[in-house]
Amino acid sequence: MAASQIIFIFSAALIIASAVMVVSSRNLIHAALWLIAALFGVAILYAVLDAGFLAVVQVVVYIGAIAIMFIFAVMLTHRDMRDSGVQVNPGWPLAAVLSLLTFGGLFAILSKWNGLGNLPAPIPGTTNTLAQLGLALTSPDAYVLPFEVASVLLLAALIGSVYVAMNKK
Amino acid sequence: MIPLNWFLYLSAALFSIGLFGVLARRNAVAILLSVELMLNAVNINLVAFWRYGNTASMAGQVFAIIVFAVAAAEVAVGLSLIYSIYRRRGTIIADELDLMKW
Repeated sequence: MAASQIIFIFSAALIIASAVMVVSSRNLIHAALWLIAALFGVAILYAVLDAGFLAVVQVVVYIGAIAIMFIFAVMLTHRDMRDSGVQVNPGWPLAAVLSLLTFGGLFAILSKWNGLGNLPAPIPGTTNTLAQLGLALTSPDAYVLPFEVASVLLLAALIGSVYVAMNKK
Repeated sequence: MIPLNWFLYLSAALFSIGLFGVLARRNAVAILLSVELMLNAVNINLVAFWRYGNTASMAGQVFAIIVFAVAAAEVAVGLSLIYSIYRRRGTIIADELDLMKW
């Protein structure tokens, strides 16, 4: 087996095991920490897929900002149901059946498609995918409009969340 | 070299685990954690299709970056809503928040 396959299997096992812990652990702080492990595995996969910039963004934005914000939220709302009490709805077997059906359906659709054994074409040594990504995000021929709309969305969401969480007394 | 289907099956599994978390967990913060898992599954797919398709067009990576921005916005708004609900009602258990239930 090639080295990249071994790295993939290691990080896939890390992602799946951490994701199962995220949805099953009783303590929410532990769930947030397992989420960090899963996000780190996804960052490894981005590096395997030659998307180094996205791997760095995953670590900085997801692990550095979003996961830490989750830990803050867990600490601010900690009094509820710490380790005691049921953590799942009464209807959780139905949810398990539904998610297994989703996985089975996706698996069936994917195994019928015939592009699955595709191997990646090697990226030519002269192309700089990071420069291409920067150009694609700023050139009017490509994705400058979605990029700006995303930044406006982020600004609106941040102002909105400050307003919602503000103590109005 | 890794075949494309490894990535697709992994992201299908991750999406299903996240879906189970969204449907089954009672705590609103845990539901948001599971939504993050689902968004990451989508991002793995986007980046894998970019790498195995036409790498000269950066569409896959650009969409992955937009998913990052949307995820950050979703977490900010979601967590501040949860915090606000917690201050007013003293609970963040999803099935006790039935104010708008008919």
